Amino acid sequence: MRVSLFITCYNDTLFPEALQAVVQLLRRLGHTVEVPPGQTCCGQMHLNSGYHAEALPLLPRFVEQFRNAEVIVVPSSSCVAAMREHYPAMARELEQTGDHPTLAAGLNNLLPRVFEFSEFLTKKLGLTDVGAYYPHRVTYHASCHGLRSLNLGDGPESLLRSVRGIDLVPLDNKDTCCGFGGTFAIKNPDVSAAMLADKTACIRATGAALCTATDTSCLMHIAGGLHRHDAPTQTLHLAQILAATEEDAQ
Amino acid sequence: MKPLDPRTAPSFPIAASVLVHDQQIRANVRHATDVIQAKRARVVAEMPDWEALREAGKRIREHTMHHLDAYLLQFEENCTRAGGHVHWARTAAEAQSIVVSLAQQFTGTQREVIKIKSMTTEEIHLNRALESAGIRPTETDLAELIIQLGHDQPSHIIVPALHKNRIQIRELFEREMHLPGLGTTPEDLTEAARTHLREKFLRIDTAVSGANFLIAETGGICIVESEGNGRMCLTLPKTLITIAGIDKVLPRFQDLEVMLQTLPRSATGERMNPYNSIWTGTHPTDGPRNFHVILLDNGRTNVLADEVGRQTLHCIRCAACMNVCPVYRQTGGHAYGSVYAGPIGAILTPQLLNLENAQSLPFASSLCGACYEVCPVKINIPEVLVHLRSRIVTNKSSGMARFSPESLGLQLGAWSFRSERRLRLMQRLARIASSVLARKDARGDYWINWLPGMLGNWTRSRDLRAIPSQTFRDWWESEGKNGVKAQHKGDAQ
Repeated sequence: MRVSLFITCYNDTLFPEALQAVVQLLRRLGHTVEVPPGQTCCGQMHLNSGYHAEALPLLPRFVEQFRNAEVIVVPSSSCVAAMREHYPAMARELEQTGDHPTLAAGLNNLLPRVFEFSEFLTKKLGLTDVGAYYPHRVTYHASCHGLRSLNLGDGPESLLRSVRGIDLVPLDNKDTCCGFGGTFAIKNPDVSAAMLADKTACIRATGAALCTATDTSCLMHIAGGLHRHDAPTQTLHLAQILAATEEDAQ
Repeated sequence: MKPLDPRTAPSFPIAASVLVHDQQIRANVRHATDVIQAKRARVVAEMPDWEALREAGKRIREHTMHHLDAYLLQFEENCTRAGGHVHWARTAAEAQSIVVSLAQQFTGTQREVIKIKSMTTEEIHLNRALESAGIRPTETDLAELIIQLGHDQPSHIIVPALHKNRIQIRELFEREMHLPGLGTTPEDLTEAARTHLREKFLRIDTAVSGANFLIAETGGICIVESEGNGRMCLTLPKTLITIAGIDKVLPRFQDLEVMLQTLPRSATGERMNPYNSIWTGTHPTDGPRNFHVILLDNGRTNVLADEVGRQTLHCIRCAACMNVCPVYRQTGGHAYGSVYAGPIGAILTPQLLNLENAQSLPFASSLCGACYEVCPVKINIPEVLVHLRSRIVTNKSSGMARFSPESLGLQLGAWSFRSERRLRLMQRLARIASSVLARKDARGDYWINWLPGMLGNWTRSRDLRAIPSQTFRDWWESEGKNGVKAQHKGDAQ
């Protein structure tokens, strides 16, 4: 399959290794990978913070960039959630201005081809075993948007369970928010920090070397809390575990 | 303590910054919400048609709101025909003055009323209005009694005293009811409350109640409760005054089939409430002889006018969203500065005030969606939160708030996302800033532990990994697209 990656602004800037792992895994599975060069951001942060008008111009850019894609893979569950929840109404709104007469049709054509990374593997390709090898103790945090907006369900964990050598340990309250919430962490720092403290306490109690998730934004928050308190647990995007092979380990 | 008033309350982050450090309140709130959540989960799981009930509940409420004017008039007509008197109150002040004048008329020399828990009367600060008029209200719901005796504020719409534990309640009862040596078992405490209240039920002739549902088809009113104090208030006094928001109406008696399944399971984790009272008008030989209903707007028609926000009025006040909310669970209800706390409060309170006050509340959520998942009438609370944020930002966009650090930062972000060239420029600038701020840790990795301005709210309690030296974009251009494998392995960062 010809996969177009929507790399998302913060993965591009802050977590290139997660994207590189996505590329590596998709190629290993026999797919070709494209990265449309003019792409920037889905607008999630602006939409969720109330800056709706500022987010509007990002939609025509997205549709233009990915118009010819066979499938679009996005390694961020919250970005996909923002696209599915906001883009249809935004397209209607922009069409009414008269500047984008075919936007809604273009989007309707495109949105069904947008997949979150784990969703692409489990739902589109029907895979759980992607041939990964990762001999470490790992725990999984269910990012809110993946869980409740995309209904990823057991998908990401089914992928992890098929990884050879992995010691996958359950995380207490895995479906409770880590407290990031984008600008929430800045606007409500005390509550956000208290939520994070609960999350990192559960993670530390697992004794896992790594905590993984479908969203690097949650992981950035969790890693920040763990690092502040010199906790031994580190964080890794799901793709980085699935991309690892026995060959890499040698 | 003054009643909760969202027009004068401190903003959520400020109130929360104090409450998150109150270990007693946090422990009490966590324990209580854990218990209720677990009970709810058990009784919801046993319902094979739970999702269908939620959908039915949503449709009933949606239909009702589309025809609210007609159903309210139908209720008025049927209630009046059955012997009730219906009053309409546009504002809290109007509702207060109607209740006070009715109470003055009916309490005679007694000058006292008994009350069955009603968050609507808390919303309009009725107790204070009655006291100013020389009429003493007594709360008869155990939790509301605890709040009243302790001069406290409710922190939850179903379990208003959930921030208090048994030891604190025992001390309060011992002091206020003059019961030296009172025990600490639940039986000791409920027996004390029972004795204290029984005398009032038998003596006081006038009751004030809220309502769970108004039934348009029959003119009847439904209240569900667990302690029997409601049944006492609704049947023993000569006069009953009921206050209900205009959103409480249901079209048909049969609609209770859905609501009386979803409400108790969602609210208290019970299959059915121990006491379900439905009364219609008056009867010459039984129950109150004088029955008055006050239908309260107090901002609800503002909410109805907003196409996205109006689903807020579908709420049946079960509080499941509060119990599950990771934000509410850290602070309890007082941080919301309103009788309506938690996720539903964060959307209802500012809308009732036409977004003129309580503007921090729609931002008091990480948008995790746990509230939407449990709502028995499927209110998409995250959708409304985001919608209200947008309305608030738009309202401010013409003023100086346009130049706040937050607004300037987000406008700069939006500008940089308009082209790849601009984004690359911002990425370069961010990398330079990161290289200045980052420090090497014991593992040899670079992390930032101090950021300036508002961003310092991040580094107050967390670190931030330094920005890597190469963006994915640059790696892709130089190596990735040619099939070169990245150097990063699946090892820990």
